[in-house]
Order: sequence, then C-alpha cells, then structure tokens
Amino acid sequence: MAEQNDTVLELKKVTKVFNQGTINEKTALDGLSLTLHKGDFVTIIGGNGAGKSTMLNAIAGVWDVTSGQIVINGADVTRLPEYKRAVYLGRVFQDPMNGTAATMSIDENLALAARRGKRKKLTWGVTAKERERYRQMLKELDLGLEDRLSTKVGLLSGGQRQAITLLMAAMNDPDLLLLDEHTAALDPKTAAKVLALSEKIIGENGLTAMMVTHNMRDAIAHGNRLIMMNAGRIVYDVSGEEKKNLKVQDLLDKFEEVSGGTFANDRMLLG
Amino acid sequence: MTSSMVLAIRFSALLNALPGNIAQGLIWGIMAIGVYMTFRILDFADLTVDGSLATGGCVCVMLIRAGLSPVLAVLAAFLVGMLCGGITGFLHTGLGIPGILASILTQIGLYSINLNILGQSNQPVAASKYKLLASLAYVNTTNTAVKVIFFAGLALAVFLLILLTYWFFGTEIGHAIRATGSNEQMAKAQGINTNAIKVLTLMISNAFVAMSGALIAQFQGAADVNMARGSIVIGLAAVIIGEVIFGKFCAKRKAAFAFTLGAVVIGAIIYFIVYAIVIWLKLPSEDMKLFSAIIVAIFLAIPHLKEKYGRKGAKANG
Repeated sequence: MAEQNDTVLELKKVTKVFNQGTINEKTALDGLSLTLHKGDFVTIIGGNGAGKSTMLNAIAGVWDVTSGQIVINGADVTRLPEYKRAVYLGRVFQDPMNGTAATMSIDENLALAARRGKRKKLTWGVTAKERERYRQMLKELDLGLEDRLSTKVGLLSGGQRQAITLLMAAMNDPDLLLLDEHTAALDPKTAAKVLALSEKIIGENGLTAMMVTHNMRDAIAHGNRLIMMNAGRIVYDVSGEEKKNLKVQDLLDKFEEVSGGTFANDRMLLG
Repeated sequence: MTSSMVLAIRFSALLNALPGNIAQGLIWGIMAIGVYMTFRILDFADLTVDGSLATGGCVCVMLIRAGLSPVLAVLAAFLVGMLCGGITGFLHTGLGIPGILASILTQIGLYSINLNILGQSNQPVAASKYKLLASLAYVNTTNTAVKVIFFAGLALAVFLLILLTYWFFGTEIGHAIRATGSNEQMAKAQGINTNAIKVLTLMISNAFVAMSGALIAQFQGAADVNMARGSIVIGLAAVIIGEVIFGKFCAKRKAAFAFTLGAVVIGAIIYFIVYAIVIWLKLPSEDMKLFSAIIVAIFLAIPHLKEKYGRKGAKANG
C-alpha cells in the first residue's frame, strides 16, 4: 500500500443511496472519503440527516454500500457481512438497550464480547477465571457492579448498561471503536460520566475511535480531530492545534456557512 | 348403589387413567422443551412443530415396521426433525420469508410428506409385535417390573435431556443463541452469525419435537397424519403452565434454567392430568383444544396487560 502503515481506516468514495429508484430515494453518503491513523480519536458533528450515523453503519456493515470501498487495517471489508466485521470493531449505540443482551447476566454479556469474532465452540460460555477478570474490570468502573456479575443486564440503568457496553466494545483491543451518540439518551450527569469513561478507555488502550455527538462542546473537548458533515459529505476537517483552539462559535459559523449557505441561496432564488 | 359408591368408583377410574397421562406428559415434555428453545430463547414463534412432530412419529413407525430397532428409529426421527427445522430456517434466513410464515409453509408441506411416508392416513405399531421404547401397554400391564422400568427409564431420559439442554445453553454456542434471541443487533455487533444461529436453533428444537413425536407414536401404538395438529398449543401451554406455577421458585435457584426446563416438563404433565380430569368429568374432549387455546391466550396476554394497566409487578416477568 502506498499509505502509511499506521492507517486503520480508509473510506474511498463511499456512497449510500437508500430506496434507490423510488420516490423516497435519498443519498445519505455522497462519495465520502476519509482516512484514519492509529490512535486517532475523531469526533463527528453535523445536523440531522448529515450522514454521521450512516457513516458508522457503513463501516460496521449494517447494509452494503451503493459504491466505494471500505478498508480496515489493510483488509477490504466492503462486501463483508456485519458479523464478520465485528472482529475489527467495538460499537456503542445511542440506545443503551441496543448494546447488551437484557436477558443475559453481566458476566455473560462481557464473555460474549471477549469472544467477539471467534468461532463459537461447545466449551463454557463463561469460565470462573474470566469471572474474576470481569470482577476486576467492573471494580475499576466504580459503579458497584463488581458484586452483581450474575445480575441480568435488563435490570440495570441506562448509564450502567452503556458503561458495560463500553467495556465490551473495548475488549480485545478492537482496531476501531465506533461511538454513535452513545451519551445522547442519558441524563447530563450520567452522560458526562460515560463520556469520561470513554475517554479513559480510549486513552489507556490507545484505541482508534470515532465518536458521533450532537454536543459541539464535547466534540471540541475530546479527541485529536474533528469532522463536520453535511449532506453525506465531510465539509470540515480539523486536527491538532487548530482543533484545540476551536470555539463553539467557530463551529456554529462553519455550520451556518455550509448549511445556511444553501438556505441563503434558496432565499435569493425565491425572493 | 349409593351415590358415594358411584363417586368412589368414578374416582378410581380417574386414578387408573392418571399414570398413562403422566407418561404422556413426560413424553410431550420433550416436545415442550423444544418449543421453549424457539419460543422463549430464540424469540421465534415456530409453527413447524405441527408438522415435524408427526414427521417424527411417521418416520419412527415406518422404520420400526421395516425392522429397525426402536432406539435407532427414534434417532432417525431426531435427525429428520433437524431437517424439518432446517427447512424453516432456510426459508426464513436464506429466502427472507417472515419467520411465522416460513414455519407454516414447512408445516403444510410436511403434511403431504407425512402422508407419503405412511402411505395412508395412519399406520399401527403394536407393542406385542415390536420392542417399543414406550407404550400404553407398559402402563396398563399387571407386570409391575415392566411398569417401573418404563416410568423410571422415561423419567431418566427426560432428566438427561434437561441436563443436556442446560449444558448446551451454557456453552459458547448456547450463549450465541441466547444473545440472538435477546438482542439481534447486539449479537451481530459481537460477531455472531445470527442467521446461522437461527437455523441451528430451529434444527435442534424440531429434533426434540420429532423425537417426542416418535415416542408419542410408539406410546399410542400408531402414527397418524393428524397426530400433530394443534401440538404447538400443547407445547406453549406446557411452557406457560410451568412458568406460571414455578417461575418464582426457579428464578431463585442457582441453576435457574435447568429448573425452568424441569418446570416446563411438569407443565406438560399437568396439562395431561387436566386432560384426564376433563375426560373423567365427561366434558366433551373435543373442546380441549379450545380450552387450551384460551388458557394460552390468557397467559400470553398477562405480561402485556400488566405493562399496560398495572402499576406494580410490571417488572415481575423479567
């Protein structure tokens, strides 16, 4: 490859059209290209329907993309089904209910994640040795869950479930961590906790991560790179010192420039 | 005769009938475990069983009549049951047909296949002629040894199947099935091939069902194309009776799942005891299916109604 060796993700002109050929046709991703390097922590912002979640779903393989190529750690995964891409990815969803199996216990959920992408066998789904390890991991979380290993996850609060999903996502050092507005459904206090935990887990494990958020302050405060999306394209991409010095107002101005710009043009036409 | 004497005679008639019904309940309990796997663990309403149970019976009876040992004939029924479940699984995951519809298509197709296997609408298999594993004759015999061996053997077999099922759902594959049934999106994100898991579960479930059908056919001394009609309702009734009566008892145990499976088998036994009482009371037995359907409908509705109207206890069914 011509790229540097530390390239984790490459999106090459990825396009996704929903309901192609119908009256509801919508181009959600429009020739999107993006390269992530090892250790990058990218925050992604943009208005509703900008394609933020769609981009993460395209990477995760929720459906096939219409055109373009997706490469993770040098492997072309464009045609790989979702469950086969899981070996590269850790994912946390917006809805805390989505990341865990409610009818299974905490240790069983963690054990599933520990076996992510591995061939399932007729050996025990969770061993005593693992349980001890999970107890330690939960202790570090400091949510009082270390003594509730056999509690069904469905009985936990949204914040607790999201924290467990984070632990699960970070297990086995995934090549890429996808956080899809994973604090949006939580109350502000819990959201801040989960966000701090995300930051900690990413930092400690040196993970490469993408985090979609609605909160511009969070987008500036976290990560080393920031992307703004609009109409299925990346319209703004900053990193390093430039990102550190960003203010919310800068983002608002930029946002107006890309989305409001067209609005102004429409107004002019109509006027 | 005084009326109390009549009652005593009639009551002894019920007691005489009970062992047969308990045996029937144990055999149907195997079927109910199969239903539990799809309905409760995979969250898939599989109506294949209304065909595959009879297929198991038909295959078993024809093989025994052809001279195969009843043990191997039951094993063959098990494998054929896997095939039946596999067809529903393929229709659903491979061809995108909605789950319930896929299972109905298999069920309807199996009716013709069962008729072809039997060559006519029913075929007898007599305990006097073959060394059957199960038979009403073993229950009604005056030979106590035969009786005891039959009941002990049947109970042991069911117990071993419960242990096997308990172990299986504690393995990595078993966990993958439970995750798929609980949250398919999460299962995929954890690298589980949910389509393959669904097919596998349907295969195992229907293998249990067909094996149960093979024993039912032996027990009643014949395979009949209509023997499985409405069996899904009996299976669901067993699951629900077991859960309602023993749910709280099971939840507190360490190996809660094993106890739940046991409760499901007891649920099947209770179902057939109720059936015996219905017959004993000279109530029209044709109405048993309507009665079962209503009971199942009521108990399936309870969690929903609790959530909608209840203030307390809405979480009890977690």
